[in-house]
Amino acid sequence: MKVMAQMAMVMNLDKCIGCHTCSVTCKQAWTNRTGTEYVWFNNVETRPGQGYPRTYEDQERWQGGWTLNKRGRLQLKAGGRLKNLATIFASPKQPSIDDYYEPWTYDYENLTSAPLQEHTPVARPQSLLSGEPMSIRWSANWDDDLAGGPELAPSDPVLAKISEQIKLEFEQTFMFYLPRICEHCLNPSCAASCPSGAIYKRTEDGIVLVDQDRCRGWRKCITGCPYKKVYFNHRTGKAEKCTFCFPRIEVGLPTVCSETCVGRLRYLGLVLYDADRVLEAASVTDEKELLDAQRRVLLDPNDPAVVAAAEAEGIPRDWIEAAQRSPVWKLISTYRVALPLHPEYRTMPMVWYIPPLSPVVDAVAKTGEDGEDRRNLFAAIDALRIPVEYLAELFTAGDTAPVTDVLRKLAAMRSYMRDLAMGRDGDASIPESVGMSEHTMREMYRLLAIAKYEERYVIPAAHAEQAHGLEELATECSLDYEGGPGMGGSGPFGEGSGPGFASPIAVENFHVLQARQTSGTVADPATRKAKVNLLNWDGKGAPEGLFPPAAGEEDES
Amino acid sequence: MSTLLWVVYPYVCLAVFVLGHVWRYRYDQFGWTTRSSQLYERRLLRWASPMFHVGILAVFLGHVMGLGVPESWTRAVGMSEEVYHALAISIGTIAGVCTVLGMILLIYRRRTVGPVFSATTRMDKAMYLVLAVVIVLGMWNTIAGSILNLGGAYDYREGVSVWFRGIFRFDLHPELMVDAPLGFQLHGLVAMFLFALWPFTRLVHVFSVPLGYLVRPYVVYRARDQRLGSRAPRRGWERVDARR
Repeated sequence: MKVMAQMAMVMNLDKCIGCHTCSVTCKQAWTNRTGTEYVWFNNVETRPGQGYPRTYEDQERWQGGWTLNKRGRLQLKAGGRLKNLATIFASPKQPSIDDYYEPWTYDYENLTSAPLQEHTPVARPQSLLSGEPMSIRWSANWDDDLAGGPELAPSDPVLAKISEQIKLEFEQTFMFYLPRICEHCLNPSCAASCPSGAIYKRTEDGIVLVDQDRCRGWRKCITGCPYKKVYFNHRTGKAEKCTFCFPRIEVGLPTVCSETCVGRLRYLGLVLYDADRVLEAASVTDEKELLDAQRRVLLDPNDPAVVAAAEAEGIPRDWIEAAQRSPVWKLISTYRVALPLHPEYRTMPMVWYIPPLSPVVDAVAKTGEDGEDRRNLFAAIDALRIPVEYLAELFTAGDTAPVTDVLRKLAAMRSYMRDLAMGRDGDASIPESVGMSEHTMREMYRLLAIAKYEERYVIPAAHAEQAHGLEELATECSLDYEGGPGMGGSGPFGEGSGPGFASPIAVENFHVLQARQTSGTVADPATRKAKVNLLNWDGKGAPEGLFPPAAGEEDES
Repeated sequence: MSTLLWVVYPYVCLAVFVLGHVWRYRYDQFGWTTRSSQLYERRLLRWASPMFHVGILAVFLGHVMGLGVPESWTRAVGMSEEVYHALAISIGTIAGVCTVLGMILLIYRRRTVGPVFSATTRMDKAMYLVLAVVIVLGMWNTIAGSILNLGGAYDYREGVSVWFRGIFRFDLHPELMVDAPLGFQLHGLVAMFLFALWPFTRLVHVFSVPLGYLVRPYVVYRARDQRLGSRAPRRGWERVDARR
C-alpha cells in the first residue's frame, strides 16, 4: 500500500443555478490574457447539451482517455506511444477553434470616432484571432437553458446513447447545469500523452499541472484529455489547464470557483488513496464496475492501518487529520451520494458530483402531488426512467442502480427533514428505507444544506511556512510593466518569451491576500506597482493604480 | 576572400549556432516551443506539415550521408559510384519534392489564413525566407546539377563534402568551395546563415524531439516546487529543509 493524498472536489448539482459566477471569476483570475480568450478552466454546461468544446464527450470522435487493448491492458485511446509520436506533425484528433469558438472583441473606438451621420454608430465585433470583422456564431455554452433545444440538444453525445423515443419525452421534463473544471485524475491521460513529460501530478496533493518551461507545444495532451480540459494558448504555444488554484490551496484558501460559488455547492477536501491500486482499478474489464473500483482505491482515513501507512509515507499529521474531516470523503464514501464524471474514461477523475434530484421533484410537483413525500418521490425516481438513464450515462457508465440509490437517499432526506422542520417527530423508517440511520441522515443534511465555510472547505496548508509574505515585497513584478509580457506584449521570440517572464501565477501574493482578507482592518494592497487585480480587491481603500493619476499629479515612478 | 567566405564565415555561423542554443536554452525555456497554429487551421496543415517534416527529415539524413560519409567508406562496403549516385538522386528527389511541396503549402497557408498570418512574427518571416532559399537552392542543385547535368558534371563528394568535413576536423579546404559551381556555393552560404539564425527562431523545436516519451512511465509525479511564488529566491534566502 502506497498512500498518497489527493485534493478533491464535490459539486452538489441540485444547488447549481447556472449563474456562471465560477466561470467568470476563474477567467478573471487565470485566463484573461491574450492567447487564452477561448480558454475556460471552469465552465458551466447546460444538460442536455453539447458541452464545451462541442460534443467533447464523443470519444469515438475525439479519442480521449484510456481504453483496454486486446490483451486487456490499459492503453491510451488515441493509440500507443509510437503512434502518438508518429502523428506529432499534425495531431489528427484535435478540436479546432470552430469546435470552441472564435474569440472576439468589439470595435468600441468607432463609437467615439465615427463622423457625424444619420445613424447611430455601432461597435462591430472583431475577431481576436485575425483582427477582421466577424459575425458571432457560437460561444461557450450557447446551448444555455436549452435555447434552440431541438436543433442543438440532439447532438449531445450522452443523449445519443439513449433511444429516440425517450429523447422527445426527455426534453420536456428535465434540464440541469453541470459545472466542470479539470478532474485532476488519479490516472491522468493528458500526462500520459505528453511527449515532453511536462504535465505532472504533484505527489503532495495530486494536483495536475503543466510545467510551462518544459511544454514544447506538441498538443498531445489536448487529444489525451477526454474532458478537453487542457487548452492550447495560441499566443505562447503552450498548453494550459486548470491549476486547482494551487497557490491558494497551498495557503489553505479554497479555489476561486469554490470561493465565489453563489450556491455554495462546492466542497473541497483531501482524500487518501492507494497509488499501487490505481492501475488495477482503471483496468477493470466491465465499465460498470469502474465506479466501485474507483471508490475502493480511496482509503478510509479513520482506519489505523491507513493512518500508520500514511505517516510512513511522510504525510504530515495535520494532513491526515484534514483527510479525516474531509467533506469530500464523507460524500463519496460515508454517505455515498457523490459520483465521478464519466468513470468509463478510466482516468479516475477526482471531481465528483451529487446528481440532481430537483428535476424529479419538479416533475412530481407538476402533477399536483406532494413533491416532498417520500413515496411519491421514490415512485417518480422509478418512473422517470429518462433522467435516471441520462445521469447514469454521465456518472456511472450507464449503470442506473447507483444513480437511483443516490436519488432515493436525497429524496428520503427531503421528506425526513420536512417532518423535523414541521416540528413533528422524525420517521425512523425513512432513513432505514435507504439504509441509513437517523443520525447519519441528519449529518448528511447538515453537510449538504447548512455547512459553513470551514466545513465545506477543509484545506490543510502546504508545509512551507517560511518567509511567506516576503517573497514579493522587495521586488517589482517583472511582468507587470506597461507593454511587458504580463500586459500581453511580445518578447523577441513571440508572446511571453524572453527573460524575467514569470509564469502567470501570482498577481498578488496569495499569502498577502490571505493576511489581508483575514486582518479585519483597512489595508491597501501592497504598494508595488502592479496590474490592478480587482478580484483580489476587498473594497477597502482604493488600490493604487485603480484610477489614473489626477492632472498635475506626478506618477511616483 | 575565399578564406573569409569558406573558413571564417562558417566558423562564425556554427559558433553562433552552438552558443546561441546554449544561451537560448538557459534564457528562454518558456519561448522554446513549436508555436503550433493547428488551432487556427487544420485542413491544409494536416497534409502539408507531415509532408514537409518527413521530407526534411529524409533530406537531413541524405545530407548526413552525402556530407558526412567519405566516398572511400561507401566504396569500402562495395557500393559503386553509379549505385550511390542513383540512390542519392532518386531518394533525394522524392524527399526534396515532398519538402518543397509541403513548404509551398505551408507558406501559402501562413500567408492566406488570417489568424495564422497575424500570429506570424517578424522572426518567423525572416526564417521562412532563408529556409525557403536554402531548400530551393538545394533542390536546384539536385535537378540542374545532377539530373540535367547543366554546366557539366560535379561530384560534390569530392568537393563540398570534403570542405564541410574539414571544418570539423580543422583540415581547411576553402579552395574546394571556390571551385564548386555557383549553386553549391550559394546553397552553402545561405545554409550557414540559416544555422546562425536557427537558435533565435522557432526552429529550436527540432532539438526537442521527445524520444524520452518512448521509455518513461506514463504518468509523471513531481514534488511540489519547494520555491514559493513565481521567481527564484534571492541569494542567501534559499529555503532550508528542516527535516533533513
